[in-house]
Amino acid sequence: MTRRRLRDIVPLAAVVAVAAGFLLLWKVLVVVGGYPIFVLPPPETVGARLWTAWRDGVMEPHVITTLSEVLIGFVIGSGLALVAGYALARSRLTERLLSPYLVAAQATPILALAPLIALWFGTGLLSKVIICALIVFFPVAVSTMVGVRSVDSQLLEVGRVFRATPLQVLTRLEIPGALPSIFGGIRVGATLAVIGAIIGEWAGGESGLGVLINLARGSLFDTPLLFATLVTIAAIGVGLYWLILVFERRLVGERG
Amino acid sequence: MVVRGSAPRLKRSIGTSSTQAAIVRTGRDSRPGLSAFNRAPPAIAARNLRFAYGGDPPRPALDDVSFEVAPGELVAIIGANGTGKSTILKLIAGLLEPAGGTAEIRGTEVRGPSPDVGLVFQEPRLLPWRSSLANVAFPLELAGWPRSRWEARARDLLGLVGASDVDGLRPHQLSGGTRQRVSIARALALEPRVLLLDEPFSALDALTRERFNLSLQSIWKETGTTILLVTHAIPEAIFLADRVLVLAGHPGRIAAEIPIRLRRPRTLADLDAALVTDAAAQIRSALDRGVTPHLRGEDTG
Repeated sequence: MTRRRLRDIVPLAAVVAVAAGFLLLWKVLVVVGGYPIFVLPPPETVGARLWTAWRDGVMEPHVITTLSEVLIGFVIGSGLALVAGYALARSRLTERLLSPYLVAAQATPILALAPLIALWFGTGLLSKVIICALIVFFPVAVSTMVGVRSVDSQLLEVGRVFRATPLQVLTRLEIPGALPSIFGGIRVGATLAVIGAIIGEWAGGESGLGVLINLARGSLFDTPLLFATLVTIAAIGVGLYWLILVFERRLVGERG
Repeated sequence: MVVRGSAPRLKRSIGTSSTQAAIVRTGRDSRPGLSAFNRAPPAIAARNLRFAYGGDPPRPALDDVSFEVAPGELVAIIGANGTGKSTILKLIAGLLEPAGGTAEIRGTEVRGPSPDVGLVFQEPRLLPWRSSLANVAFPLELAGWPRSRWEARARDLLGLVGASDVDGLRPHQLSGGTRQRVSIARALALEPRVLLLDEPFSALDALTRERFNLSLQSIWKETGTTILLVTHAIPEAIFLADRVLVLAGHPGRIAAEIPIRLRRPRTLADLDAALVTDAAAQIRSALDRGVTPHLRGEDTG
């Protein structure tokens, strides 16, 4: 086996080993604690429930709803945050004017805002998208601002030597230079967007994984389904994170 | 081969004064003694340049610096730290605005960066997210060259500086010396008439530096570009330059101008010649004295 293949396999094996260890601990806890299935179902019961929920078409519509909210909210929130972050980085006046409001908005718990947003914008897609966009905005805006400000001034001087236009400085120097930092914010934002969607669905909605959690916990009293939904939410978060990581590796690459 | 135009270039001596170009490039016509040639404006001219960096109080960096560099000439500026060597290059490159006097490129006052001027910094300053090829192509892309043209041009330039084999590698995968080669190739991309080199080999060890000096000499010969080189190293200045300008004092002034009358092409063995020792002694003496009456016209031969 080549050293490179070994280098790829070792981290994957470590992840699998940690997951196996976690499942084992979970099982031991259930057996030793003697918990009933409606308090803490064993992992194999949750696995079986996850399978049946997908097979019977219980999970799919909720996943589609949540994913739509997450993706639309994430794209809108990130897009606005990139523009705002750049403006904050390049204009001291903008930073002075906007910073207090941005920090105040970030400090206000989204859990408290969600019912208000649902009241104002209804319990449909719009309110969830707004919540997702709000929760994504701050980390992406701040990482963009930090990234653009930290672009090496010596590289900007190279741009001046070669008479780069302001647009060329932005697209050829500032954005590529700030990408590692921007992606740091985007990765955080993507996982927060999932949380935002669930909170939005709790505040009011007919479909979505947040709604399914409420159903499983309340009227259905189906704890294994609740756990299966949690696993699905976690999988969406991991999947988004991984997708962004792939994009990041492609766009940023090795920089030494 | 990367050359400007198709006509052969001739380097030859014209005149006896050390303040005049000893070695020049004719550009189009190789006939000796052409009067039009003598009227050609200098490739670089600094006229009573003064500059001070901002602050309270401002820090004067240059005071009344004047010199000319003829087309095709290679002139070195040598001086201690803080004498304003890099400032001169930035003024000529149009990155700084003089507090007094003017910098001129081919008779035109410098009012900002120009495609006629290439600048190689002390650090390679390559874009870490681009390959060597894409780094060399950077100025060509900015100038709107189509990919098919810039790719071929960038490959030629990498070949010229001896870095063809690293075209796909990113800066962090290159040695310090190769990074600087790529940086020189990038500076040559737009076929500048004037190349400004700010201690480009200062981070290299002595042996590598000697190899790079040989490379630079052949690049200069091949492209015929006028070069103004800032360096700390006396042997490097003597090996490469037609003339050495000694900068001294705070703020910096031209303390001496020493012509180097070594045959070209030069070899490392030439550095052992007696006249090199004389030139080195003169440079050292000028550096030690600081600002003294100019030594224009003194000969090392």
